Amino acid sequence: MKALAAFFRTSVGKKLVMAVTGLLLYGFVVVHLIGNMQIFIGRETLNGYAHFLKSEPFILWGARLGLLTIVCLHIVTAISLSASNRRARGATSYDNPSHNGSTLASRIMLASGLVILFFIVFHLLHLTVGVIFPDHSALKDDKGHHDVYGMVVKGFQIWWVVGLYVVSMVLLGFHLSHGLQALFQSLGLKNSKYSSLIDKLALVGWVAIFAGNCAIPVSILLGLVK
Amino acid sequence: MKFTLKIWRQSGPEKSGHFETYEAHDIQAEMSFLEMLDVLNEQITISGGQPVNFDSDCREGICGMCSLVVNGIPHGGQKGTTVCQLHMRSFADGQTITIEPWRAKAFPVLKDLVVDRSAFDRIIQSGGYISVNTGGAPDANALPISKDQAEMAFDAAACIGCGACVAACKNSSAMLFAGAKVTHLNTLPQGHPEKYSRAVSIVVSMDKEGFGACTVTGACAAVCPKEIPLDVISKLNRDYAVGILKGVSA
Ligand code: HEM
Ligand code: SF4
Ligand code: FES
Repeated sequence: MKALAAFFRTSVGKKLVMAVTGLLLYGFVVVHLIGNMQIFIGRETLNGYAHFLKSEPFILWGARLGLLTIVCLHIVTAISLSASNRRARGATSYDNPSHNGSTLASRIMLASGLVILFFIVFHLLHLTVGVIFPDHSALKDDKGHHDVYGMVVKGFQIWWVVGLYVVSMVLLGFHLSHGLQALFQSLGLKNSKYSSLIDKLALVGWVAIFAGNCAIPVSILLGLVK
Repeated sequence: MKFTLKIWRQSGPEKSGHFETYEAHDIQAEMSFLEMLDVLNEQITISGGQPVNFDSDCREGICGMCSLVVNGIPHGGQKGTTVCQLHMRSFADGQTITIEPWRAKAFPVLKDLVVDRSAFDRIIQSGGYISVNTGGAPDANALPISKDQAEMAFDAAACIGCGACVAACKNSSAMLFAGAKVTHLNTLPQGHPEKYSRAVSIVVSMDKEGFGACTVTGACAAVCPKEIPLDVISKLNRDYAVGILKGVSA
């Protein structure tokens, strides 16, 4: 316990917390995407999957609380690190600062993270809690189950909802493109031998996540899925 | 050649600074950047002004004293080069050049372009050493070290402690410097007994001095005159994590 507490006390320890929670969240994003791809199979499959996820309230709430804890740890640590990083910079900045070869994604982690946070809240209110469009969330399918397929299709027929999702996915892409390679570095697993492999993995990862996640709302808006 | 120089002037640590513009004349292309400043200082002194203070010692890229941010880039942006080894031929005649000190809370300005880098000394005191009774020098090659390890340690040991990595980082993080020290000592057998306590102590000391954390932007390695690779940061992270899991404290 004492050793674990040290992770939250130093800058390097906090980065390890960021890396572990970031990796778990990355894993969630991948699993969540694979699950949702079932919308392209059809109404029955997606609704069946949604029903299955909710069949064991104990497991469902365990997973939800676990995720909530991970997200909170990630965010609280991110804000604490960003604040001390800003303090470290001092009061005066350079006249015409250079980015010294750093990528945009690496410089806007806090901003992209905050957009994701806003998106997570909207997304939960939209499709989990169902308060944004209560009539979409009230739909039932033939089996009398919650019609997740119908709710998703109705939601993504609205252009601004699709716009909001796509913009958020752009920022998630930025966050993950830098995040994946940074987490290997924070965990001490990156070196010149593996670094080009890790960079490629990060690239494939964020492109696949971006394309997959956008495919759903965009194909619904275009009328390909209805 | 001649140049318009926009130089940060600050009369003391607690004073507020400002930019002052100077015209430097009679500069030869083969002069180093610091020699150019020497010429400027002569011109300023003759006209009764206060010369511009800046740090330098070896002027051959090995001591780590020179520390100027030139046009927003620590050491001026020539790959693997300290500002003392940067020559005026890499600038265009008549160009305006902005010259600033390292900027980081842990490196307070003492005067003009001179900053206090004793925070680095305190980081070294916390773990940048090995505890052995020195005695007579051991025979060369008495202690077998693999080529890979020797090279990794040697590359890391090339760090001259200039602080450009901190100056370039948006978080003013000292991780490249600290990683270089930890990689240098922790990959060699002489450094092994204190491997984990070294990593933990150095991290605690870095935080205490007010340096920021690493966001892996890579700006440090891009400006490092000794081209220390980002790998050293990964190594420090790993040794720190293992140290904490083993219950090692500072
Ligand atoms: C789906 C949600 C998210 C995922 C998958 C995710 C993933 C990641 C990953 C993998 C990293 C790299 C960790 C490292 O540098 O070692 C990271 C860093 C970061 N995340 Fe997130 N993140 C998410 C949400 C958020 C949110 C909501 C915030 C809001 C504040 C945030 C803020 C940050 C910041 C500031 C960093 C950089 C930390 C630093 O380098 O100092 N993230 N994230
Ligand atoms: S790591 Fe490079 S930039 Fe940083 S102090 Fe050492 S030599 Fe200078
Ligand atoms: S003056 Fe010694 S490295 Fe530049």
